[in-house]
Amino acid sequence: MDLLLILPLAIPLGTAVLTLLLRSVPGVQRLTSVLGAVALLGASGTLLWRVATDGIRAAQMGGWPAPFGITLVADPLSAGLLGMTAFVAVAVAVYALAGMDEARQRFGFHPLFHLLLMGVNGAFITGDMFNLYVWFEVLLIASFVLLVLGNERRQLDGAVKYVGINLVSSIIFLAAVGLLYGHTGTLNMADASGRIAELRGSGVEATLATLFIMAFGIKAALFPLFFWLPAAYHTPPAPVAAVFAGLLTKVGIYSLIRVFSLLFPDPTGYTRTVLLVIAAGTMVVGVMGAMVQRNVHRLLAFLVISAMGYILMGLGFFTTLGLVGAVFYILQDVPVKTTLFLIGGMMERDTGTARLGEMGGLYQYRPVLAAAFMVPAFSLAGFPPFPGFWGKLTLVQAGLEAEQFTIVAVALIVGLFTLLVVAQIWSRAFWRPATEDDVQASGSTSQRWALNGPIVALAVVLLAIGLYAQPLYGLAEQAAANLVDTQAYVDAVLGPSAGA
Amino acid sequence: MIYSLILQVATRLLIPLLLVFSVFMLLRGHSHPGGGFVGGLIAGSAFVLYAFSRGVGAARQVLRFEPQTLLGVGLACALGSGILALIQGEAFLTGLWADLYLPGGIHLYLGSTLIFDIGVFLVVIGTVVLMMFSVEERGPAVIPSRRNDTS
Repeated sequence: MDLLLILPLAIPLGTAVLTLLLRSVPGVQRLTSVLGAVALLGASGTLLWRVATDGIRAAQMGGWPAPFGITLVADPLSAGLLGMTAFVAVAVAVYALAGMDEARQRFGFHPLFHLLLMGVNGAFITGDMFNLYVWFEVLLIASFVLLVLGNERRQLDGAVKYVGINLVSSIIFLAAVGLLYGHTGTLNMADASGRIAELRGSGVEATLATLFIMAFGIKAALFPLFFWLPAAYHTPPAPVAAVFAGLLTKVGIYSLIRVFSLLFPDPTGYTRTVLLVIAAGTMVVGVMGAMVQRNVHRLLAFLVISAMGYILMGLGFFTTLGLVGAVFYILQDVPVKTTLFLIGGMMERDTGTARLGEMGGLYQYRPVLAAAFMVPAFSLAGFPPFPGFWGKLTLVQAGLEAEQFTIVAVALIVGLFTLLVVAQIWSRAFWRPATEDDVQASGSTSQRWALNGPIVALAVVLLAIGLYAQPLYGLAEQAAANLVDTQAYVDAVLGPSAGA
Repeated sequence: MIYSLILQVATRLLIPLLLVFSVFMLLRGHSHPGGGFVGGLIAGSAFVLYAFSRGVGAARQVLRFEPQTLLGVGLACALGSGILALIQGEAFLTGLWADLYLPGGIHLYLGSTLIFDIGVFLVVIGTVVLMMFSVEERGPAVIPSRRNDTS
């Protein structure tokens, strides 16, 4: 029995239970929350290391053999995402100590935060289609409550849209799972990848692919079903928005990559065109939306959408290099988005406004924040030596290799516009002169440490990834190799005999 | 809270029945339809009914534990039943079974799945009650009568 695969689920659940029971002792509760996140980082980090060195690991829950029971599988893609999730979880847990108001902390931020982490980890690690649906629901329910925590009017407004569209997406997902089960007789992803061969080229396969694209497309905020994201993500406090932006859309795009690599490994010209058109639309809409936004949180929300387009583009090429680019991009995008939203929270906190036009003087009075902002922002714009550059470079190379010149051109132009958006934030909020009164420090010294510490740590790690990209790139190569040739994954789940 | 003598008297009679029935459903779920989820809903509805007839404050006193505590303990039970199997060297969440022959000819066939089901039972009560109490506490204290509205 592989304990390492259970820990990414058991640790957040245990932490959630403890923080729930300890809610009358706020000090202990917060300490537990942070320690739980640190323990999760230890477990996920160890799992990542073992998977990277020894290969794919799988475990059967309750001792029921695959394909009948629920399987947990960690391949390099899953393990990498688990590691990144745990890493940003620690940062957000620390930031929340000062960045979350007392009332929200008391009312259940900590348990919900860890339940959300459990849902995200579960979605990354499960090898079962229906179980994936269940984990989606776990993380959605936690995110619903986190979104409305505090009962502000605009929060409820955002939550109604978020809940509504996600219910539609869940129904489509469930319908797709039912259809898959009806035609293949299995829910185990590895098992289904073998049995779906009978459906190859039939109308059922096309229907399934479309349903999965729609269900996961909504969750990943892909064009044209992205509209709920900017309507919801600017409403909750910074720590909540940061985990949402860093993790939730990634779960959607991860599922799309997983399902397509296992079930539809050889997309026909038609599906590939659909994916690439969606990717282009997502990139363009995201950056265009960001251009016209004057509220810093809404602007960042549109940039989340834009990044999804790049990842989908790598999947759309469906070459090894394209998947390397997609996996690298998705892995580095988790800390990038989390950092940006945490910084967005600090910008609003220190200038007292969320409107970019009214901000100013942050470079002069908050040099550390300004330096930390450079890293994720210019990574997003695709500047060397930041990690986003390597992701985009690989994707563009893959596109040229696959002779998809149109989308490569779109990606490059969108990159330029992203730079423009980032430069706008920089020139307004950071460079514009302001008096010291405009930039007010709030909170005690220890609170400032809790707020700035995680941001700086995230930025430093991102810079390190950018300067020395080889380990992460190597992991992405391993992951892509396993996505293109799924035999190792199937063998790990069903046992080596299944392939013969 | 709605003041109604009929509701109050009926509630008094119904609550013990509902609670006993909820435990019956919980245990029956062992090998028949039923289980922690259904049982939890029935038990939760007993407390909700009490809150309707006597007010949330009184219902909180009767419940004795805060709903969040029930949630926490329930989740801990569910997690614990999985970890129990791990300690025994089995796969996570494997059902462990014990055949007990107690004096007096009582034969008990106990499994760790029951702990999981009790966890579900508590989580469902906690969730139902937490939601209803929150909604009830935010609403108007007494529902205004129709006659005052139309005048």
